[in-house]
Amino acid sequence: MSEPIRKIEAPVRLEFTVEAGRALTRFLSSIVEERIVGRRCPECTKVYVPARSSCPTCGVPMSEDVTVADTGTLTTFCIVNVPFEGQTMKLPYVYGAIVLDGADLPILHLVQGIPANEVRMGLRVKAEWTPPEERPASLEAIRWFTPSGEPDAPFDAYKEHL
Amino acid sequence: MAIATDPAKAPETAASPRRLAASYVLEYTYRRSVGPVIGRFLGALRDGRIEGVRTASGKVMVPPSEYDPETSEALSEFVAVGDAGVVTTWAWVSEPRPRQPLAKPFAWALIKLDGADTPLLHAVDAGTIDAMSTGMRVKVRWRAERKGGIGDIECFVPEGGAR
Repeated sequence: MSEPIRKIEAPVRLEFTVEAGRALTRFLSSIVEERIVGRRCPECTKVYVPARSSCPTCGVPMSEDVTVADTGTLTTFCIVNVPFEGQTMKLPYVYGAIVLDGADLPILHLVQGIPANEVRMGLRVKAEWTPPEERPASLEAIRWFTPSGEPDAPFDAYKEHL
Repeated sequence: MAIATDPAKAPETAASPRRLAASYVLEYTYRRSVGPVIGRFLGALRDGRIEGVRTASGKVMVPPSEYDPETSEALSEFVAVGDAGVVTTWAWVSEPRPRQPLAKPFAWALIKLDGADTPLLHAVDAGTIDAMSTGMRVKVRWRAERKGGIGDIECFVPEGGAR
């Protein structure tokens, strides 16, 4: 009898070409120029960042581009303590939902420059941009967010965005 | 996810500014444990033999199953079967995709090996679709370097080598 096999490699691999579409292309081609572009819904007036072509709540097309600030408020966050494959950040680190000033929906990004156990809801943060020559057309154009030094935002200021 | 511009994808016009496109790969690098029965089957393949398992009613299953499909009893009586058999059904692949067994057109086929009662799914290198027929005899083409996987069988070829 042969020596039995115990394990086999059985990878699942799917290769896509992702087309960004008009709205997301606006966002991505702006972010390499250090501008963050969202879109405002004509019905509910909410500003979505990144820009998207229609409002998921109202179901109407959005065409008004709105440039928002690269500062914002951390609404919720998690502290990552568990290592996983492909990880590049040193543990523990913070990943949070940040409502940029002028936006109504949060983006998800890293929070650095502050010990993980001092991160809190309402923390005011500012984008740290990657150098222009190595800036990708993605949210990774922002390396991470760091505390801006402003006083914390009161809960009422961001409770609608949780 | 890395996003890169691909100007060739969409030419820029006044009405339709250039859109971005990016390649994106979703991959799960699974390593599966195969269990004692398939493990023995794959070990035999590595050594250039095909083994099935005999069920309570005397049928020989290739590839083998851990449990008897009729009685649910655990199965352990391994039986060597032939490395040639009969195509019971097939489908022609005129444009093979990356990582399929053959880079040229081939057939996926269910092959009932000599001594087996159930068919094995594998590729048949017949050259052209006209060389394929249900009931045709095919035999194994072993891979030179085998490592204990179904790919140790490179494919099946028409018996007699008519290609």
